[in-house]
Amino acid sequence: MTLTNETIQLKLTEKFPDQLTDWQEPYGMLTFTAPADLNLKILQFLYDDAELRFQFLTDLQAVHYPDNKGAELAVVYHLHNLVDNVRIRFKIFVDIEKPDVFSATALYRSANHMERETYDFFGVNFIGHPNLIRILNVDDMDYFPMRKQYPVEDQSRIDKDDEMFGR
Amino acid sequence: MSDHILLPEGSIEKQTTTLNLGPTHPATHGVFQNILELDGERVMKSTSTIGYIHRAFEKIAERRPLYQITPLTDRLNYCSSPINNMGWHITCEKLLGVQTPKRVDYLRVIIMELARISDHLICNSIVGVDSGAFSGFLYVMQYRELIYEIYEEVCGSRLTTTIGRIGGFERNFTPAAFQKLEKFLKEYPKVLKEFENLFTRNRIFMDRTIGCGPISAERALNYGFTGPNLRAAGVDYDVRVHTPYSSYQDFDFTVPVGTTGDCYDRFLVRNEEMWQSLSIIEQAFQKVKEFKGADAEVFHADVPAYYLPEKKDVYTKMEALIYHFKIVMGEAEMPVGEVYSSVEGGNGELGFYLISDGGRTPYRLHFRRPCFIYYQAFEELVKGGMLSDAVITMSSLNLIAGEMDA
Repeated sequence: MTLTNETIQLKLTEKFPDQLTDWQEPYGMLTFTAPADLNLKILQFLYDDAELRFQFLTDLQAVHYPDNKGAELAVVYHLHNLVDNVRIRFKIFVDIEKPDVFSATALYRSANHMERETYDFFGVNFIGHPNLIRILNVDDMDYFPMRKQYPVEDQSRIDKDDEMFGR
Repeated sequence: MSDHILLPEGSIEKQTTTLNLGPTHPATHGVFQNILELDGERVMKSTSTIGYIHRAFEKIAERRPLYQITPLTDRLNYCSSPINNMGWHITCEKLLGVQTPKRVDYLRVIIMELARISDHLICNSIVGVDSGAFSGFLYVMQYRELIYEIYEEVCGSRLTTTIGRIGGFERNFTPAAFQKLEKFLKEYPKVLKEFENLFTRNRIFMDRTIGCGPISAERALNYGFTGPNLRAAGVDYDVRVHTPYSSYQDFDFTVPVGTTGDCYDRFLVRNEEMWQSLSIIEQAFQKVKEFKGADAEVFHADVPAYYLPEKKDVYTKMEALIYHFKIVMGEAEMPVGEVYSSVEGGNGELGFYLISDGGRTPYRLHFRRPCFIYYQAFEELVKGGMLSDAVITMSSLNLIAGEMDA
């Protein structure tokens, strides 16, 4: 029997009643939103359950929504069930002033670099990460560059006066 | 005299030697650093530093229309940039809901498998170089050249290709491109056979690589391995089979797997994948030949809002002019949505996570770079082994700095 999105949704709502919201299926991938403090419980449940078996962490990253006051940062998990070949995605939202998220490194070794990258670019503080330092940017950088308040330079700006590369 | 030499605290008393492998060491084959703690020649600990060529692609992509992001993807895994390009086009097509014609799919498969061959060829011959067999590397380079000539014939460039467009290719394959492909298909199997004979049952090479940097299937999955490195550990996960894209379901090929996940298995898996890729290219070439008449002229899907119209139409037709202008000025707005799409890159599952808020540029674009994720296992793989094993493990993992640092 193949694992369908309906089965996954049913099992998850049974386990976490009324806590998971915003169920969607963009382009066929089941997507939902979870409370931030439940992320490890959900990952563990998805990992352990004999039917669900989401045991491969494909991807982990963050998105910044500056207009979403009180829940500006979304951390997105992509999981893959390699046996039934089903993927799901879930998001947790945290306050940018207090971006604390439990680290998944104890469950997935692969989360180590991905969480460091997410911290590096968005400043998400992963609690329990063994080595939460910057990974791609320089160590003494004092801001988180992928946040939306740091725009990439506007190509139409005219205030620059550079003889060689002036625009 | 000695007053001028500044040594870190305790560096004389401690029993191990610190060695910097990289950032610009010939054995790293890319710009990244490993700080090794050595006890004699045994690696006790390794700390890796990456990010030396971080170019903020994800940030830049937030200000670029879709077609301008293609050149950024070239520079991820630059040994097989066509796969990255195609992966990106396929992601865009998924977001836009574009259905590509079969002929485009087959042509893409040809290009992608050529890229896979060139990627694996580099990796395997570099493993040879690092274990002391230099001639294999020099010998196969001239056949990678044949692949690059095919790219050149199709898109005009060789290494960072930016090949194809959203919906298909920028132009149809010329007869010269097919001739070059035929030449490659004729000459390459002999060379690969010869290359294989040099290594696979070579006693020195086997002693050097068997049991070197092994990883179990469970460990590899937990570390997020994908691609040949995961298959060498014994898991038959291949995106081409699991989530077929670009009509891979039409082709008949096997997915080679290893058992122990050591350097030798990784070498063998890559070697066999080259044979499989050759067979896929031959099948695809046959399928492409079957298109006759007007069907043989199809090289892109009908997506006027994203696919640049032909120049002669731009000069003569109003509609084409408008589309041309809108595309070049980056004014083509994309639908709202979020999409994850992945292809089997040279190193594993290359994923693109694209969030669009309906604007002209992505709201957020994330590249799942296989290299970046499995590199974290390196510390564990080399621990307790010899220094020279660390070097060969590094090259057999096929670590590409551009992909790691994005």
